[in-house]
Amino acid sequence: MSADQLVPLQASRRTVELTIDGDPVRVPEGTTILDACRSKGTDIPTLCYLKTLHPVNVCRVCVVEVEGSRVLVPSCSRAVEPAMVVTTGSDRVRHSRKMVLEFLASSVDLSATPDVEAWLTSYAARPERYGPAAPPVAAGERDSLPTGHHPPPSTTHAATVGQPVKVDNELYVRDYGKCILCYKCVEACGTDFQNTFAIAVAGRGFDARISTEFAVELPKSACVYCGNCIAVCPTGALMFKSEFDHRQAGTWKEAEQTVTATICPYCGVGCTLELHVQDNEIVKVSSPLDHEVTSGNLCIKGRFGWRYVQNRKAADNPRTS
Amino acid sequence: MEETDAIFLWGANARDNHPIFFHHVLKGVHRGAKLFVVDPRRTSSAQWADDWLGLNVGSDIALANAMAREIIHAGLANEAFIKRATIGFEAYRACVEHYTLDYAERETGVPADVIRRAAFTYARADRAVICWTLGITEHHNAVDNVLALINLGLLTGHVGRYGSGLNPLRGQNNVQGGGDMGAIPNRLAGFQDWTKDVAVREKFEKAWGVPLKPEYGMNLTQMFDGMETGALRSLYVIGENPAQSEADQNRTEHLLGGLDHLVVQDIFLTQTAELAHVVLPASSSWCETEGTVTNSERRVQRVRKALDPPGNARDDMWIIGQIAKRLGVDWHDPSAKDVWNEVRSLAPMVAGMSYERLEKEGGLHWPCYDEQHPGEEFLHSRLWKDPIEGSPAPFSVVEHDPPVERTDREYPLVLTTGRRLDSFNTGVQTGGYTSPLRKGESLDISPEDATRLGLMEGDPVRVTSRRGSLVAPTHIDPSLRAGLVFMTLHFQDKVKTNVLTIDVSDPKSGTAEFKACAVRVDPVRAHHGAGVVTHSPDAT
Repeated sequence: MSADQLVPLQASRRTVELTIDGDPVRVPEGTTILDACRSKGTDIPTLCYLKTLHPVNVCRVCVVEVEGSRVLVPSCSRAVEPAMVVTTGSDRVRHSRKMVLEFLASSVDLSATPDVEAWLTSYAARPERYGPAAPPVAAGERDSLPTGHHPPPSTTHAATVGQPVKVDNELYVRDYGKCILCYKCVEACGTDFQNTFAIAVAGRGFDARISTEFAVELPKSACVYCGNCIAVCPTGALMFKSEFDHRQAGTWKEAEQTVTATICPYCGVGCTLELHVQDNEIVKVSSPLDHEVTSGNLCIKGRFGWRYVQNRKAADNPRTS
Repeated sequence: MEETDAIFLWGANARDNHPIFFHHVLKGVHRGAKLFVVDPRRTSSAQWADDWLGLNVGSDIALANAMAREIIHAGLANEAFIKRATIGFEAYRACVEHYTLDYAERETGVPADVIRRAAFTYARADRAVICWTLGITEHHNAVDNVLALINLGLLTGHVGRYGSGLNPLRGQNNVQGGGDMGAIPNRLAGFQDWTKDVAVREKFEKAWGVPLKPEYGMNLTQMFDGMETGALRSLYVIGENPAQSEADQNRTEHLLGGLDHLVVQDIFLTQTAELAHVVLPASSSWCETEGTVTNSERRVQRVRKALDPPGNARDDMWIIGQIAKRLGVDWHDPSAKDVWNEVRSLAPMVAGMSYERLEKEGGLHWPCYDEQHPGEEFLHSRLWKDPIEGSPAPFSVVEHDPPVERTDREYPLVLTTGRRLDSFNTGVQTGGYTSPLRKGESLDISPEDATRLGLMEGDPVRVTSRRGSLVAPTHIDPSLRAGLVFMTLHFQDKVKTNVLTIDVSDPKSGTAEFKACAVRVDPVRAHHGAGVVTHSPDAT
């Protein structure tokens, strides 16, 4: 179909002209500053932002300077306005991002977060200046922190959220030592998609953590194992057990994996599955964020129901001829 | 779904069985759409509903007809649409006239004011959708149930418009596609009837170079009847496990075991394959082969090969090609794309869907007549053309007809069957992964009946129907009303639920009445022990 045959599905929006880093930019009204920047090729780091979720503005790594605004504004949620003057790389912006990255990198294990190494370098962040990381606390300790009581901060070690990995079911693991509290899992489990509300943020300040109701183990919670929280986790805090086991065994070979899109065999909704395959074995299942049917979401059957395919052994199919 | 104003899930528990579709329902609900769930059980879907219409199993037509009467009497029928685009309204009006609210409340168990509210909300909505699944179709009068819902759509004009319509939610990724491709006894690919349309017959005969017998094949129910009379002696089963999935399992096993020749082509040695003379190990159609499937929205999408099948398992298409070769016809090992292009050349409704377009556009909705056609997002818009295109849509006169098997003093409870979130049909596939949600089969019973029978959670009970008997643990489920018990068929190796179900089926669709049979529940004393008895305990 050629462009002149396209029929618009809704009335075309007015456009807004603004200035980004000195360049005039024209975008449809309602566009976020982030999308306007990306449309002109200026990338901005993000952690808590995902196009399929409502922005929660918590990570503050995407902040930019807007002329006339007292504070820096999160570009992922602020809509453009006519004649807005945006600066994405001023000293103030760079300093703020550097602080955010240092706080996060000194307190959270970001080893599985894509791009973060490059950001730390480009913003000259030095998380090590807060001292060596405090040792991880015992399992469950952070989950039972009393509200309102905070011991004085250590003068020798950087406070961390380090704690043992939670492995309480066969389908996925929760490694909250890697959690930056971006809220994406809470959003995906809540009104944005799944509406199961199995998890929320408990505690305040540095004690804040993602928790099930009363911090019960996942199998005792409301969780329905759709894995839609894993699909949006940007730091590897939530991980498929199949991936976790491979990583533990040192056999996770992402570069050798193929990703093939197909359609889920269960039910007639027609969800696209992306099968991540390593050595002729499915190791992970995702769905594209921009897929009309799923928006990246699946249910327990689609996400985990593939195992039967590889439970068949070659011996089950003896040569009959 | 997200932009409609009223959603009816009728005999459908989408929250558990179509979870991603339910995401879209919830987007609509959050936007302000009213949700009505019509289901004998207060399901996880019903928990999201503005109104739960907890009707008695199999009283759907009484409910639908009573809603219609309310709509007509309140002057909410879409008279202009009825006049322009439908026929048979007067007969329908006369039929629904005796479905008063009092009668419907008595037959369905749904309070009269709730029936009225549902009717008025549906009729007054600018846009409204009715979705159904097996709660409508697994009945002895399945087609009539569907027609009763279609009548409501025609009465209010909630068809053929954006955000309005009638949607059967399909239970597998390619139920729709199977029909599209002619894997049904009475149509060829593209729903073409070669027995009635000479041009269609000639077209296929020319393409395939063989004469076609101008008569329909048998549906599943007719096949089993044929096995019983001896008319059908040989069966070739591809990717289906009838030994466990069919109602009245004892009879099914007996009939399959008595065949002269049974061939099973499957990825597993299923219970059906255990009975077979020849087993052909196949590959998994959604991840080990190339092809297309059609979802509930008529969206044709590509499936792709991600894995090599194990051992000597082969592509279904290759196996069928080899059998053809043994029978003396060489199809020259066509690729999935070659086969699809042949379908396109014979079935106009998918003619415009080249593999290239399916790749590029991420799937297309049929009908899509040529390479320029964008595909149609919804059907029946023709009814809104002025004048309408084609023939007007007919109202159907359908009467309430309760389930065949009634409860009595000996079998006082209604057993209805269904599915749970983490499992799928007979569990052959979903049994392969460990689900933290899975608790094994149970007899789900209302707190009232459990108290009456002195049952506690987990107590073993013997469940007996007129056809068979089994033992299962009790699960007390407050979503069930007194008189109703629930089981699934996910664990057929351990608890053969289908020894209980009744093999009466709808003569029009061939679907068995899995949703209703009469059973008795007896506590099992400790010394009996738990186990499964598959023989019929009483010779009725």
